Amino acid sequence: MPAVQETVERVKRIDVDQYRYGFETQIESDKAPKGLSEDTVRFISEKKNEPAWMLQWRLEAYRRWLTMTEPTWARVDYPKIDFQDLYYYSAPKPKKSITSLDEIDPEILKTYEKLGIPLREVAMLEGVEPKVGEEDPAKRKIAVDAVFDSVSVATTFKAELKKAGVIFMPISEAIREHPELVQKYLGSVVPTSDNFYATLNSAVFSDGSFVYVPPGVRCPMELSTYFRINERNTGQFERTLIIADKGSYVSYLEGCTAPQRDENQLHAAVVELVAHDDAEIKYSTVQNWYPGNSEGKGGIYNFVTKRGDCRGNRSKISWTQVETGSAITWKYPSCILRGDNSSGEFYSIAISNGFQQVDSGTKMIHLGKNTSSRIISKGIAAGKSQNTYRGLVTAHRKATGARNFTACDSLLIGDKCGAHTVPYIEAKNSSATFEHEATTSKISEDVLFYCIQRGLSQEEAVGLVVNGFVKDVLQQLPMEFAVEAQKLISISLEGSVG
Amino acid sequence: MALLEVKDLKVRVEEREILHGLTLTVNEGEVHAIMGPNGSGKSTLSHVIAGKPGYEVTDGQILFKGEDLLEMSPDERAAKGVFLAFQYPVEIPGVATMTFLRTALNAQRKARGESEYSTPDFLKKVREVSKSLNIPQDMLKRGVNVGFSGGEKKRNEVLQMALFEPSLCILDEMDSGLDIDALRIAADGVNALRSPKRAMVVITHYQRLLNYIVPDVVHVMSKGRVVKSGGKELALELEASGYAQFEDAA
Repeated sequence: MPAVQETVERVKRIDVDQYRYGFETQIESDKAPKGLSEDTVRFISEKKNEPAWMLQWRLEAYRRWLTMTEPTWARVDYPKIDFQDLYYYSAPKPKKSITSLDEIDPEILKTYEKLGIPLREVAMLEGVEPKVGEEDPAKRKIAVDAVFDSVSVATTFKAELKKAGVIFMPISEAIREHPELVQKYLGSVVPTSDNFYATLNSAVFSDGSFVYVPPGVRCPMELSTYFRINERNTGQFERTLIIADKGSYVSYLEGCTAPQRDENQLHAAVVELVAHDDAEIKYSTVQNWYPGNSEGKGGIYNFVTKRGDCRGNRSKISWTQVETGSAITWKYPSCILRGDNSSGEFYSIAISNGFQQVDSGTKMIHLGKNTSSRIISKGIAAGKSQNTYRGLVTAHRKATGARNFTACDSLLIGDKCGAHTVPYIEAKNSSATFEHEATTSKISEDVLFYCIQRGLSQEEAVGLVVNGFVKDVLQQLPMEFAVEAQKLISISLEGSVG
Repeated sequence: MALLEVKDLKVRVEEREILHGLTLTVNEGEVHAIMGPNGSGKSTLSHVIAGKPGYEVTDGQILFKGEDLLEMSPDERAAKGVFLAFQYPVEIPGVATMTFLRTALNAQRKARGESEYSTPDFLKKVREVSKSLNIPQDMLKRGVNVGFSGGEKKRNEVLQMALFEPSLCILDEMDSGLDIDALRIAADGVNALRSPKRAMVVITHYQRLLNYIVPDVVHVMSKGRVVKSGGKELALELEASGYAQFEDAA
């Protein structure tokens, strides 16, 4: 991905109050009227030309949502959200129906260029001079699905994926073109009644990505989605559904950014993963939503439900996340280990600075026999932020031989931030082996001085030490993301010391 | 030419004065030993020259190549050529030694307005230097000083000294925690770096180290001042008679 080096260079130049993705794109958009009602739900469904069953599904979710209340157990604090004061649907106004990239509004293409995400397939092939010892980036291809406010604007490499039998398209298209798959799997991992935000998403989700990998197929390239919130007062409710059929493999990357705004924006996504027998899904996120300014004004509320179902025997789901953005993060990518010998992994780096509040972790639910899970969580708190790891590991009565290893490490930078670890462990059979390790440490002045004495600036020293602290997790990311994530970590911590 | 000039330096740590007007001049190409009992202020002097936070300079000045060193941040001092070999080098888990060396070297070069090393040039340079210090390549892949023996840690300090090519090297109690063999290897590494353009300040309790790194000038410190200076024979005299005779002089 040639964009990465360039991105890294550009990223280097910003300081803490200059969120580099904070620009706004001037385009005409098509919005639903403000507020939420059955009419809003119907409006969205109609805009998407959805079949009747889909509208029914949404309406049921909406009615359910009306009876629910917002969860309050997370260690986050924010004023009450007025759900009637939001736009639930916003789409860039198309000049006509789009059949190729050339017909996309050039302003949107420019936005993605600024973000360093090449939507033009040719851009991938041009490449840059690879450095010695590094893999030639031009040889690696990544198919991209770009979601702008509420709709997917472009999906690349569709033809090549089709040849391999892989379906990768906006979920709105999948509802029309592959209704049998969507109907079978949508809501099968995160039911419409799951929780307040997931239910809201079920009612009003407007787009997202859909992936189906047929039996025995190893997806020939990394799939990726970039989410961008542009419109003011607009909630983004994307829905992602990934199905790996028997013996297949897919690696999926997700990136997110938003313009810099004084008011808070809501992001309530749902991601569902299904892995059948012997299938493997690797899901990586680099989340860099606008975190608010240095006084804590603005920023994204990130209330996301992500869950994977290891439905088949010997299936495997692996979550890797690098969370540096959002004013508030409420997110627990989880695995249901249903199949015998299935395994789940959660690797997380959560960094909070300024006034950010993070409450994140995972749930590993062991149902099948001889299932195993592994949790490596690295939380870094700086500034006046609060960073909480919340995790659940549970073994069902019949989940004999369940094994879990959890390591939660927290690093504090400065003395005005907080790190908290809240593990819940439940073993309902005696053959389960659960291990939990946790450490909390403060970044050492002696270590920083050592680095600085060798010529690093204070900020470079913090970046280096933190990158060392999170190395076990960074190694889990695909190469392109790892490089970008490493730089992102250093930037997120700028201004955190001294 | 004077490389380092410390003039009437007074330093406090948390309201307590540690250095009470210390004066020291080190010329290019010279090796100075600073000896003295525990608590005489030897390490404080090395920390203040390197710019470690927590020390308050209340009076006096430090000139390095004629410039006011106290006006510079610690990383600027490093880029200008001040190197402090730590008594207890820290461990940095997860950061490969090789990555650390490259990041630091390039940061210094960048600060001086020089071009950064390319990967092949850097690797070549590291291999040469590490070979001469008997440092195996796989040690460079491990986290900085993580699980290193005392001898390995000190050799890693000497390796950095050789790579960064500083004009002033301050060795703070280099012999602590080393057996005779490890000491000899580290000292040989230091001796190889002696040059007419480079000065060294060797801080130690014991004369033993000075058998390996032979100084041009020996200073005795007591209670925050230099109380006696002389040639290398002064170290031998101290070994025989101890520090007590200087307590009163201070």
